[in-house]
Amino acid sequence: MSDATVPAHRALGLTDAEYDLIIDKLGREPNAVELSMFSLMWSEHCAYKHSKKLLGQLPTEGPYLLMGPGENAGAVDVGDGLAIAFKVESHNHPSAVEPFQGAATGVGGILRDIFAVGARPIAVLDSLRFGEPDGQRSRYLLEHAVGGIGHYGNSIGVPTVGGEIYFEPAYEQNCLVNAMALGIAPHDRLTRAAATGPGNVLVLFGALTGRDGIGGASVLASAELGEDDADKRPTVQIGDPFAEKKLLECSLELLDSELLVSLQDLGAAGLTSSSSEMASKGGLGLDIHVDRVPLREPGMEPFEIMVSESQERMLCVVEPSKVDAVLAVCEKWETTATAIGEVTDSGHLRVLQGGEVVGDMPVPALVDDCPLYDLAPEKPSAPIYPTAPRALKASDDDLRATLPELLGSANIASRLPVFEQYDWLVQSRTVRRPEEADAAVLLLPDGAAIAVSIDGSGRRVAADPYRGTVEAVFECAANLACVGAEPLGLTNCLNFGNPEKPHVAWQLSESVRGMADACRALDTPVVGGNVSLYNESGGGPIYPTPVVGMVGRLPEAARAGRLGFAESGDAIAVVRAASPALPASELAKLRGEQLPDGLPERDQSALRAALELVRDAVRRGDLRSAHDVAEGGLAVALSEAALAGGLGAQIDLRKVGGSTCQDKPLDEQLFGEGPGTFVLSGQRELLEQLTAPEGVALSVAIVGEVGGDTVEIAHAGGTLSWSLAELAEPRSRGLADRLHDVQAA
Amino acid sequence: MKFGILRFPGTCDEVDAQLACERVANAEILWHGDRDLKGVDAIVVPGGFSYGDYLRVGAIARFSPLMESVIDFAKQGGPVLGICNGFQILCEAGLLPGALLPNKTLRFVCRQVDLVVERSDTAFTNACETGDLLSIPAKHTTGCWYAPQALHEQVEANGQVLLRYAAGGNFNGSLADVAGVMNEAGNVFGLMPHPEHAVDPLTGSTDGLKLFASIRDSLAAHV
Repeated sequence: MSDATVPAHRALGLTDAEYDLIIDKLGREPNAVELSMFSLMWSEHCAYKHSKKLLGQLPTEGPYLLMGPGENAGAVDVGDGLAIAFKVESHNHPSAVEPFQGAATGVGGILRDIFAVGARPIAVLDSLRFGEPDGQRSRYLLEHAVGGIGHYGNSIGVPTVGGEIYFEPAYEQNCLVNAMALGIAPHDRLTRAAATGPGNVLVLFGALTGRDGIGGASVLASAELGEDDADKRPTVQIGDPFAEKKLLECSLELLDSELLVSLQDLGAAGLTSSSSEMASKGGLGLDIHVDRVPLREPGMEPFEIMVSESQERMLCVVEPSKVDAVLAVCEKWETTATAIGEVTDSGHLRVLQGGEVVGDMPVPALVDDCPLYDLAPEKPSAPIYPTAPRALKASDDDLRATLPELLGSANIASRLPVFEQYDWLVQSRTVRRPEEADAAVLLLPDGAAIAVSIDGSGRRVAADPYRGTVEAVFECAANLACVGAEPLGLTNCLNFGNPEKPHVAWQLSESVRGMADACRALDTPVVGGNVSLYNESGGGPIYPTPVVGMVGRLPEAARAGRLGFAESGDAIAVVRAASPALPASELAKLRGEQLPDGLPERDQSALRAALELVRDAVRRGDLRSAHDVAEGGLAVALSEAALAGGLGAQIDLRKVGGSTCQDKPLDEQLFGEGPGTFVLSGQRELLEQLTAPEGVALSVAIVGEVGGDTVEIAHAGGTLSWSLAELAEPRSRGLADRLHDVQAA
Repeated sequence: MKFGILRFPGTCDEVDAQLACERVANAEILWHGDRDLKGVDAIVVPGGFSYGDYLRVGAIARFSPLMESVIDFAKQGGPVLGICNGFQILCEAGLLPGALLPNKTLRFVCRQVDLVVERSDTAFTNACETGDLLSIPAKHTTGCWYAPQALHEQVEANGQVLLRYAAGGNFNGSLADVAGVMNEAGNVFGLMPHPEHAVDPLTGSTDGLKLFASIRDSLAAHV
């Protein structure tokens, strides 16, 4: 298929009907500048045309909400006149092409979203998915994505305080790189992006504009310039954390000096989306003089300037009398700044070159009039995902050999080899470091703290999009509970395949329904997020992967929970709101078992009661450790708590969780998964006072004691026992060995 | 008593250093483009990535107007503490012996390390005892201290090594486990680990505070 035979709008991803609608809105055919801008603004990425209708289900109101979806980032109130702004975003495709720069610019982009709302970035977390780490390519992607995140976050002085990494065959062709950032701001510095005041000046500041990231619009170039030139254009952007560090300090100084009317970062679709969204939010128009935009290379076409995705740029609206002061602050930070346009009352976005209009579009047509599509969901009649071959060496009846192998498996092994490549302590707020607690804890000036966690199990969502997503939201809340935090708000990144396919549409709509229900069950609003669709190059769709990032608050940083056992002689208690199950677990995967069709139904009120019980106990200071049971089940959680504290533990499985668990096979009791189970330790008298509220299906039982240098689990048929050393070794080496392989290669 | 903390474009740990200094004295941040040291009694060159680590770590910051004043201040005997990128800058400026090379793993590493105090009779370690172990985090890509043999022997003979990584803790490959080294005159000291990140029990250890307190106390003793 040669480009010459395909109409430009189709080559740019617009349907014939969408193109006709553009002609209708303009009253004429769009020129090349306008077509390139429409194609981006009406893309899935900017217009959410396949997901917007679904997202309306998500609750976006809550008592702590200050700024909801629609701004660069959402924000919640954390008391003392302070706000926390946060958001998660995907950078999947660039990372698959060039993992180092893709991941680095993913971090750069999400940080700009945070300081665009006036908040100083204080933390980054990452959610990463790759194919099985036995493959050279997956390990290459892991190594370089981690390197890119560290390069950007470390250099800009924002700590990377947490995150998660999972390996599944379904991500072999489509890795996922989602980055979340948090920022802090006084309430009155929170800044919106709306352009106001006709006559005000539009100032572009930061890096020069080049031909990077022109992406789909380069089809236009190829029509005009020949294919050879187009092929030279890099579509992955290159990040410069030093430029962004200056941009960050400069932006915050501009806001502190009250020199700006509004501020917006330049991300996907560059000037086109940032300017049109500013105009749309203000209900006004903008004139942009492309010949005033400082360029990195000469001879760029107007459409290239309008769609360039060069990194580290910001756009602001300034009153004319303050322009000189703005330029002076930018000069202090050695950041290029140029007045490139004006706010008008025309309601049109006009692109001018040398005073001549080269593009003229009504702002609502660009921003609001993209058609939104209904999905045609249909549950697939047969399994979508192939079953991976058995990877577990231990036989099904050798449970003693199973635990160390699980602890060394790629999805469960210690993440420290990765976290050590990140600066998790700069800015002096990190009260709980990675692997010290279930959630990262960051100190607030008044002695309170915020807690943050990011989570999302694609495999469990693949087994049951609705219940898997409910579990992901509760899992995040459980992590917060273990440090004593109450959820304030949630951000999500919905990573799915092609929504035009019925089975992906079904996964997406069930998942969003699950997220909405779980958020309501927890009274936690969604403050913003991101959707990444069409993740299915190669052999079919990725696992449906809704990644959830949750921010909570705890009143006393000094009482933040830890996951490791702390004192010999302490009692161990298990809180359980639901029975664990093996299907869709790590053990089932490693045994080569097929994904189940559906997960067990859970009582959401019992799940909520469980995490409230744990949270309140942590807040009272009654616990010395609290750890949520997740991948690998109770036996893995117990081992993690023992290894984190360097103390052994002896428990009796027959005391755990009442009658519902006792009739299950031993492997399911040890390694079964599901939400709502916690391992706690503390003084026996204090644990004995923990009781479930009346009428809730929740069990609390003291099951053993901390001490010694073995982990022992007594059960109906005997006792299983491991030395701490034989558990520590596989856990610490599981991921490290795979990383070091790459280094040697 | 007042500390002055330098800020270059790309400096990341200056606010942390300011908070640490304020636990023992007063502190003020100084801008790289100024020459005025504002009458401070001691200088901290903090960590981060001044000028994006472009060209070579510390190589550009060393030529800033503010550094010219710091070099004069040091030559007149004023106490100067360099942390991480600050250590690298002071080596580039010729105020400290040796150079910092990339870690032997070529990776950024962020880790809590134990440091052995070699001497406690200095302006930077008088709040410690010789042989003390300090638990302080380190985080860097370019922290492998190196000096040619003759210089290294001279540095050791002069007792200029104040801190070494405890046994097994030298993750970056530094010569003779050197974590922090002083100039011959005893008024300039640089180390790769970050004492400003070890000043609050809530966020880790408080051992780093001893270095800042030592500087304050040595100045008080001179007055």
